[in-house]
Amino acid sequence: MSTTTTTEKNNHFQDHLMEHHHEENFFTKYLFTMDHKMIGKQFLITGMFMGIIGVMMSMLFRLEIAYPEQSFPILEFFLGKWAPDGVMDPNIYLALVTIHGTIMVFFVLTAGLSGTFSNLLIPLQIGARDMASGFMNALSYWFFFASSVVMVTSLFVESGPAAAGWTVYPPLSALPQAMPGSGAGMTLWLISMTLFIVSSLLGSLNYIVTVLNMRTKGMSMTRLPLTIWAFFVTAVLGVLSFPVLLSAALLLMFDRMLGTSFYLSDIFMGGEVLSYSGGSPVLYQHLFWFLGHPEVYIILLPALGISSEVIATNSRKPIFGYRAMVGSILAIAFLSFIVWGHHMFVTGMNPFLGSVFTFTTLLIAIPSAVKAFNYITTLWKGNIQFTPAMLFSIALVSTFVTGGLTGVILGDSALDINVHDTYFVVAHFHIVMGLSAIYGMFAGVYHWFPKMYGRMMNKSMGYAHFWLTFITAYGVFFPMHFLGMAGLPRRYYSNTAFPMFDNLADINVLITYFAIIGGAAQLIFIFNFFYSIWRGPKSKQNPWRGNSLEWTTPVEHIHGNWPGDVPVVYRWAYDYSKPGAEEDFVPQNVPLAEGEESGH
Amino acid sequence: MSAVSIIVLVVLVILTLVQVMRISEISSEIQKGKDNEVSPKDNDTQGRLMLLVGFGFIISVVVMYIAWGRHSLPEPSSAHGAEIDSLWNLSMLIINIVFFIVQPILFYFAYKYRGKKGTKATYYEHNNRLELFWTMVPALALAVLIIWGLNVWSTLMMPENEEEPILVEVYAQQFNWTVRYSGGDNELGYATVHEIAGANILGVDTQDPASADDIVTKELHLPVGKPIQFAFRSQDVIHSAYFPHFRAQMNCVPGSVTNFQFTPTVTTAEIRQNKDVKAHVEEVNEIRKAKGEDVWDFNYVLLCNKICGAAHYNMQMDIIVETQDEFDAWLKEQKTVAETL
Repeated sequence: MSTTTTTEKNNHFQDHLMEHHHEENFFTKYLFTMDHKMIGKQFLITGMFMGIIGVMMSMLFRLEIAYPEQSFPILEFFLGKWAPDGVMDPNIYLALVTIHGTIMVFFVLTAGLSGTFSNLLIPLQIGARDMASGFMNALSYWFFFASSVVMVTSLFVESGPAAAGWTVYPPLSALPQAMPGSGAGMTLWLISMTLFIVSSLLGSLNYIVTVLNMRTKGMSMTRLPLTIWAFFVTAVLGVLSFPVLLSAALLLMFDRMLGTSFYLSDIFMGGEVLSYSGGSPVLYQHLFWFLGHPEVYIILLPALGISSEVIATNSRKPIFGYRAMVGSILAIAFLSFIVWGHHMFVTGMNPFLGSVFTFTTLLIAIPSAVKAFNYITTLWKGNIQFTPAMLFSIALVSTFVTGGLTGVILGDSALDINVHDTYFVVAHFHIVMGLSAIYGMFAGVYHWFPKMYGRMMNKSMGYAHFWLTFITAYGVFFPMHFLGMAGLPRRYYSNTAFPMFDNLADINVLITYFAIIGGAAQLIFIFNFFYSIWRGPKSKQNPWRGNSLEWTTPVEHIHGNWPGDVPVVYRWAYDYSKPGAEEDFVPQNVPLAEGEESGH
Repeated sequence: MSAVSIIVLVVLVILTLVQVMRISEISSEIQKGKDNEVSPKDNDTQGRLMLLVGFGFIISVVVMYIAWGRHSLPEPSSAHGAEIDSLWNLSMLIINIVFFIVQPILFYFAYKYRGKKGTKATYYEHNNRLELFWTMVPALALAVLIIWGLNVWSTLMMPENEEEPILVEVYAQQFNWTVRYSGGDNELGYATVHEIAGANILGVDTQDPASADDIVTKELHLPVGKPIQFAFRSQDVIHSAYFPHFRAQMNCVPGSVTNFQFTPTVTTAEIRQNKDVKAHVEEVNEIRKAKGEDVWDFNYVLLCNKICGAAHYNMQMDIIVETQDEFDAWLKEQKTVAETL
């Protein structure tokens, strides 16, 4: 019943297209567009721009960590008064790590990753003409854009940007007299995040509605490509958790601006007792991490979805254990809501809670392990095509395993005590979440670039980019485990105050070398990306010989995606190398041959 | 000057890339635009690289363990620390086994099944028994870790004491630590930020009789073998009292008092004789000598491990673990609150 109405609607849409083929100008096409493909590209370019800022910041503070309190003219060039005579000020060091974290977590790996690929792929892969609400979708982008502008603006205020760590725990973040970064910079941070949350909610609601209601005929939930499952569940996570961050941010604003005491109590600062009474800083942490932990999976799941698709396509094999893959996405998503306390084992909360959170946290390892093994089995007896996207997807499996394993240690409350907030944690989350997600994002860009721009990215530069990134990224983050096991705390401006860490200085220098080479390697990607938009060779309609519906649309983008009827789906997305089929792929819109069993 | 050189460098890099592109463009024209499709030769090269770099990574992990494993903290100096370390060792063993099995398989498969002309992949979509197997194995391993972990956690959090622990307050402010001993009555006098004035930096209520014999110091001395019950307070922002050598950490949260208990088992004098610690001190002093810095002798140290502001990286206090007699003698020299305030 519902599918017939969808088809009717589609036909109606098509008539509509034929009747009013309106001319587009620059503004309606590139700026205030409501076309999901263009909005996806807007998210990507904005995310990349923010990513360049975030990565450059990490280069600056890595330089400081390797050569603490030494003079570098480059620091004064970028930081001005915050690096007098080229020596970085501790306050700006903290600001750099804070904004680096904020930008990478939210602007690059949430909006840049999920925003780009959910927008681009959901309508194309489920066989819809566009998102359920094109207007809301455009609004989502523009809130994100405004949020980015405010965040970048905060870098230029007199007292410096927010500097209390990306988690902005009060009272440090609540009181301007606690540190310079908690002044105007912090206010702008909160405004920016509020806009960001609105953007994320508008986008997520749209994705959920679109996936549930606008699938083409035959596209049952169990025939969805895993990308769509990942984007769909990610959107559900976002809708359920971002409002809690919004409330946390609003209460923090009230404490800062209106003198309320939600998070503050009994504080003596600047020679006087402040008037706050009765609040609890730990309350903020509960609210923050109720978003903060699902956020990890908001970042990670789209990357896992993308890699599932890329690995299956380029292994020329069905993804192994489709139902288990969907099941583990759902299990991870469910568990992600009941593990937030593992960030708070040493806050003094009730030890019983510590036990519960240890239990639920370690459970996540089970669906994660299933995913890792299923990826590896997908490679087994495949016919692997090493596109740059495939290389990044395999690297994702590697980092997902490496980083996931140390989660078993950190999730255990008894063990967390001694490595909490050390470099061991920095290593863990950068590998499992940062690298895996950024690899997923690179894989997505290389794989769907032809779909976005109708051209191919240069393969050789892709290879060079991959190998440099893969080697240097492990070179940066793996040694950090050893720093953490030596007891080195994170967010230290300099380790020179403790002679016991003097013998770790060499490791920090090595890490910085890797970081700078790895950062420079991203120039190859940026160059390749922009060069290929205009000068890359023209793409074929289905360059990777994929099964999912986006490859049935014409190379040139049109409103409504398909010039004729929306394709009807007869099979799942993973009929690669199916026995009896002529080619090693059978697109989803090809009807079952006579006597063919529908696989899966 | 450096700005100019950076700009020059960036321009040069871009120019190089443009040249590379032009060359590849010309060569792609020769190959009639096939340059960006993955050829069997690419699959062969990239597959081999996967094997090479993948195993290079695995071997470099072994090298890192050998080269840097010794930097890890020395054996624990607290009673519960040994339990944490056994659990740590088991967890590390398990995750290393998984790491050294799964990573080689991943890179080997990537190499082994690299695309070749004329081959076709095997259509293999699921195998319930296999999937059940690798759901159950991690589940069993985790069950062991969870049960043991919860066991250790509850002994840490709810220790059973044979003797009454000594009550010590650790007080945090931007950017230093202060200690308050509870004195003969083993009871800390009431304290609040509203009483902070002049020399009374902890805000001790001098009207409270329990406060009279409290002792405020800037060094943390602990008697060996005695359970110490710590009470943590902060007057401004969140700090975290991190005792890495004792495998202990607890946040100091303004507006509330948090607790942690441990029993130091190795005195400062003894740990300085530990061979790992000796090697560490020697290594550090060689580095310090080369830089013309003072010679360092090992001390237990309390660090701040929650971002708290500009001087967070230098918020520290020495900890001295000594015999009961030494401790008593030291404590006797310190002035009580009644004497100082």
